[in-house]
Amino acid sequence: MSFNVDIDLHRGERHISAAFDTPPGLTVLFGPSGAGKTSILSAVAGLVAPDRGHIRVAGRTLFGDGIDLRPETRRCGYVFQDMRLFPHMRVQANLDYGTAGSLDRDDIVALLALEPLLDRWPRSLSGGEARRVAIGRALLSGAEFLLMDEPLVSLDRRRAEEIMTLIERIRDELRLPILYVTHDRTEAERLATQIVELARR
Amino acid sequence: MPVGAEWEIVALSLQVGAVAIAVTLPVAFGLAWLLARPRFPGKVLLDGIVHLPLVLPPVVTGWLLLLLFAPGGPIGRMTQALFGTTVLFRWTGAAIAAGVMALPLMVRALRLSLENVDRRLEQAARTLGASPWRAFVTVTLPLSLPGILAGTVLGFARALGEFGATITFVSNIPGETRTLPLAIYSALQMPNGETAVLRLAAISIALSLGALILSEILARRAGKGLHVL
Repeated sequence: MSFNVDIDLHRGERHISAAFDTPPGLTVLFGPSGAGKTSILSAVAGLVAPDRGHIRVAGRTLFGDGIDLRPETRRCGYVFQDMRLFPHMRVQANLDYGTAGSLDRDDIVALLALEPLLDRWPRSLSGGEARRVAIGRALLSGAEFLLMDEPLVSLDRRRAEEIMTLIERIRDELRLPILYVTHDRTEAERLATQIVELARR
Repeated sequence: MPVGAEWEIVALSLQVGAVAIAVTLPVAFGLAWLLARPRFPGKVLLDGIVHLPLVLPPVVTGWLLLLLFAPGGPIGRMTQALFGTTVLFRWTGAAIAAGVMALPLMVRALRLSLENVDRRLEQAARTLGASPWRAFVTVTLPLSLPGILAGTVLGFARALGEFGATITFVSNIPGETRTLPLAIYSALQMPNGETAVLRLAAISIALSLGALILSEILARRAGKGLHVL
């Protein structure tokens, strides 16, 4: 199993419940906007506290049974939908911000073709380039699993294809569990080992 | 008035202003953070107290400082016991008055710059393994730096112009508490003092304008590369 989640949480007036237990590989959280997909990612990352339940990733309890790990100790690589690159640091410093773990920096730079971007400022990057940097930064932070929130949104078909190929390589070569949010059916079917469908309540 | 005496006044003013801001900045930063970030009971009251010097007649602020720092006052007893001296009628007292009067302006600028930093970037730092403290120092602080610098220089300009609280608190003593505004006031009382007033006023305008322009330049320079995606 990779993601074993059973939680209730609320965001303002909205109540979100989700329960799933998925095999290793890439789990797609699929559903219409407003179903609470991003809130579930935030709860797994430790940025939002569930009201009850548990979150276990690859056998490690992040929340529940009296445990509530702080975000910095959860070892999650969160690729935010809005990327959140640090605007006051060059690409190089963004990648190095969280350096920890076993992945080799040069390997990741090569995998994501980041070499020519290292000296650039985030604001000068195109959407696809910024997405690659965000993925690289998450991988290099010693992540034991990835959370990806609509990583293909606002990319043209060619860039989207490029990023999808990268995600498949991360799934198959690095073998990291990935929890992946999308509302696109073809994207979900192509990438997923397991699809979790969320309904809007 | 001889030109040498005027430069003494300018030097004293700069010294008073610099010390006032150096002492006030950490306090203002702490208050700005408290007002920008955590929720706690009594926040509105704290906000009000911080802003009091902005709206109170300066003479009232000066009088309150006098009560606090007088040899029999609560803080006066402490300075007497710790340093064996008083800040009354000393340039250190002038610096305290200038600092208190500059505090609300600085807190406002610092608070605004802290509130303008995107909290989502701090969250990103946390998921990358940074403690709350490291996220603050490496993300929030550098991103709010333009506002911090601008607020500091603004506070310095305000401190240079302090008059009412200073003259009430530490009087108008040449070479000790007679800063630029007080010197201008004294020159105005003297027959044939117009030339001195003119020169001191010109220096005052030049210093204030210089501070404002510096604040703007610092903010712009620090602002390079700071655009959030």
